[in-house]
Amino acid sequence: MSISSRTQTDIDRAAGEAAPVVPKAGSMFGFSRTQAIAFAIMVLLVVLCPWVLYPVFLMKVLCFALFACAFNLLIGYVGLLSFGHAAFFGMGSYITAWTVKHWGLSAEVAIILGGLTGAALGLVLGWLAIRRQGLYFAMITLALAQMVYFFCLQAPFTGGEDGIQQVPRSSLFGLLPLDRDMAIYWLVAFVFLAGFLFIHRVVHSPFGQVLKAIRENEPRATSLGYRTDDYKLIAFTLSCTLAGIAGGTKALVFGIATLTDVHYSMSGEVVLMTLLGGLGTIFGPVVGALVVTAMENYLAQFGAWVTVTQGAIFILCVLFFRKGIVGTVGGWFRLEL
Amino acid sequence: MFTILGIPGPLLFGQLLLGLINGAFYAMLSLGLAVIFGMLNIINFAHGALFMMGAFVSWMLLEYVGIGYFPALILAPLIVGIFGLVLERTIVSRLYKLDHIYGLLLTFGLALVIEGLFRNGYGSSGMPYRIPAALQGATDLGFMFMPNYRGWVVLAAVVVCFLTWLIIEKTSLGATLRAATENAPMVQAFGVNVPRMISLTYAGGVALAAFAGVLAAPIYSVNPNMGSSFINTVFAVVVIGGMGSILGSILTGFGLGIVEGLTKVFYPQASATVVFLVMVIVLLARPRGLFGKAV
Amino acid sequence: MALIGTTVPARAQTPTLKIGVLTDLSGPYKDIAGPVAVACVRQALEDFGVAGKGMNVEVVSADHQNKADIGVSVVKQWIDRDGVDMITEVANSGVGLAVAGVAREKNKVYLNCGAATSDLTGVQCNPNTIHWVYDTYMLAKSTGSALVKAGGSSWYFITADYAFGKALLRDTSQFITAAGGKVLGSATYPFPGTTDFSSFLIEAQASGAKVLGLASAGADTINQIKQAQEFGLKMTVAGLLVFISDIHALGLDAAKGLVLTSSFYWDHDDRTRAFSNRLKPKAPSVRPTMVQAGTYSATLHYLKVAAAMGVAQAKADGAATVERMKAMPTDDDAFGPGSIRADGRCLHPSFLWQVKTPAESRGPWDYYKLLDTTPANQAFRPLGEGGCALVKA
Repeated sequence: MSISSRTQTDIDRAAGEAAPVVPKAGSMFGFSRTQAIAFAIMVLLVVLCPWVLYPVFLMKVLCFALFACAFNLLIGYVGLLSFGHAAFFGMGSYITAWTVKHWGLSAEVAIILGGLTGAALGLVLGWLAIRRQGLYFAMITLALAQMVYFFCLQAPFTGGEDGIQQVPRSSLFGLLPLDRDMAIYWLVAFVFLAGFLFIHRVVHSPFGQVLKAIRENEPRATSLGYRTDDYKLIAFTLSCTLAGIAGGTKALVFGIATLTDVHYSMSGEVVLMTLLGGLGTIFGPVVGALVVTAMENYLAQFGAWVTVTQGAIFILCVLFFRKGIVGTVGGWFRLEL
Repeated sequence: MFTILGIPGPLLFGQLLLGLINGAFYAMLSLGLAVIFGMLNIINFAHGALFMMGAFVSWMLLEYVGIGYFPALILAPLIVGIFGLVLERTIVSRLYKLDHIYGLLLTFGLALVIEGLFRNGYGSSGMPYRIPAALQGATDLGFMFMPNYRGWVVLAAVVVCFLTWLIIEKTSLGATLRAATENAPMVQAFGVNVPRMISLTYAGGVALAAFAGVLAAPIYSVNPNMGSSFINTVFAVVVIGGMGSILGSILTGFGLGIVEGLTKVFYPQASATVVFLVMVIVLLARPRGLFGKAV
Repeated sequence: MALIGTTVPARAQTPTLKIGVLTDLSGPYKDIAGPVAVACVRQALEDFGVAGKGMNVEVVSADHQNKADIGVSVVKQWIDRDGVDMITEVANSGVGLAVAGVAREKNKVYLNCGAATSDLTGVQCNPNTIHWVYDTYMLAKSTGSALVKAGGSSWYFITADYAFGKALLRDTSQFITAAGGKVLGSATYPFPGTTDFSSFLIEAQASGAKVLGLASAGADTINQIKQAQEFGLKMTVAGLLVFISDIHALGLDAAKGLVLTSSFYWDHDDRTRAFSNRLKPKAPSVRPTMVQAGTYSATLHYLKVAAAMGVAQAKADGAATVERMKAMPTDDDAFGPGSIRADGRCLHPSFLWQVKTPAESRGPWDYYKLLDTTPANQAFRPLGEGGCALVKA
């Protein structure tokens, strides 16, 4: 079957905005000029918004934005659609919550532990999943994530369907308490921006170039002497690490870790965020996370129509809007965002 | 009474038989997925939702029109099949030139919409549906007490699976279908209306799911979420069987039902995860699946 | 929702009391709580006669989508931005416990009606939370001991493999043994993801037990009852958590003979019938479940206390309001007279019902006949055993 070769070309067409931007030496952290401006605007918004918008809502957006960016690293730059990313996000949130609650770890250590959990789990599941490509990869990640869900439901330390509740927000370096919303906001903002820059750096490194080469044409990358499976596994693990960090951060913000974060609908949600924002664009996942989270919050008042609306957006995006919000808007101005 | 591995023989036979019956549902669902994938190259994530629609339509037929179970066995798949045809013509057909992944995402969205609408309209607890009078009661098989309805399910599933296999592998229509899968432009050049064939194939796969739904209605809770609990398992079945073969999906479906049934005897807690375990083992040993063609 | 913080509630002469109903409007708990629970809250406003008493009460509602983080964000925004004073319903243990934390942090009133976990009044209790309707302990006690008394001396369980199922199995077994009954065995099935229970039913039949206990809920229980009927199971089936909406979904044909515990049934006495009749215009096609009736009862009691202590004060201090609610005996048409304990447990009798046969039923929703009653002072976990910190104080 020729899944792999056919698979990749079309993704590129949608993700075309992420075309090979070879970073020149001395360019701004791998950003083009417009991207650097866009990044500066984003930083400004992150800094200013908490005075206008509700900080808890913003923190949720930032956590999901990092999660979506991590997911985008795979779909946008390696061409792998993971339908099980909730497993890494959720396990990260469980480990962070548990270590803070029971060991009293400080926030940064607990979040790093959450990331390491994502990494370890990602390494094992990724090792299994990268044996197949395209649709099979999606279904295998879905099935493996389902096993993780079962584990979390039954393992005593997760509290089953009750979850881990009343997790203190702990403190930074054991010194700065994070109980106030605005205190933890800066930690969340830092984690998000650091993660965002890290992903960007990876994509624009020589390693990232090989990833894109694999996406474009895996057999050719292999024939050039690259051990493509190793590259894919590293990318997968990196993505899972960041997902774990995002999950851990979210657990601290809300003081809870529950099954919601490992459920497969969360995997679907991160796909929706990335698709809506723009597959393979740098800023797309962030915009997607903002829109989806706002929508969930807003639609909560109306009840009943949340899943229907999400499904309808999925359909509309796939049919008419494959470049997503950022891809489309960028297209109008011929910008790579 | 003889025992096998400490389990009384009759109990073991009973569980094997029940596993086979559950396997019938897996087989019908994964068969539908395989048919659709073979022809359209789309993983139909909405399959579970369409299975649910099959059950719901048979309930509606009874509730609103007074049409009973046996006519519903024909009518419900027909109605849901037509619904599938409309879906294919209006929405799914726009994706053929795109990456397969978009098909997955689109049908995922469809599943959310369909299930959400049914939950809004009919709530989440479900609807009552009785076993038809002709199939009530049970037969004593010596080693177990077997409800007649379960026997009927296996019989119906085997017949439908066999007919599907026969049509695809042994008739000229099937031959054209398979040829179109390999090389659509060529078949089109021979004067075959390939788009129409594709539509009908999608409708056929959907009808198979709906048929399974009608069979499920009297014994499983008819509620909007009933399909989503199946779909993950069926995906694993598809990965294990490999997508290349119609027969493969049927055999894997029945086989995994039996494996699951055995697990229920020895370690029931793992009976839902065993399918995924088998999937991991198969992936390690034979990445293309048990019956799949080489990549 | 007011994402932008410009909607500071306008201060009129009389402060407005705001009630937030956080429930499942789109998922698996929609039928046991959902829109009808919101209607029940409005019914409480009407029956209390807020307009006549010169009170201003507003009701908002939201769908938690069974996600704890959404529940927490909604409640935080309700409190911080919209001035909500009381949160009620919240089916789903994970969301229910998370909201308790927020109510404590923000010092508001939280009246949970839909969650099953007994931790709400146990290790995770707090001075802002009241657990109104049922919990795993009460279900286990009523079903376990009462049914043994009625002759169900030997049991076999089918248990969902997660905390809720295991808690029900553990507690019920304890009461069965204490009442002189025996537990002959239990089959644990993976949750979620099991739709076929026939192999467990066959094992149950083979065990020779008189009663089959279903330590599960929702669609799983419905499937088990449906299949027990199909396999011609000759046992009394006891569902540990079954709502009237589940019976409606099953139909009497499949559900007949089932034994279950509920603290409310619409056709129980004149008062419950009067309440259900008043509710009819708001929810014409259904009869309320115990969770929905519970939101009515809880809201009504809250309004009484708020009126007694003054709306401004009720708004200012949630813990003080809850303290007053505990001091005042409860009484309403849905749950009858009752009281609230120091740990936040609302006490009322629990009833053991049996589902009627189609022949016994006189019409739609005529489903239950009463088997036994556990009085309010025995229905719930003894105050000292829950490990609630409020009790020692």
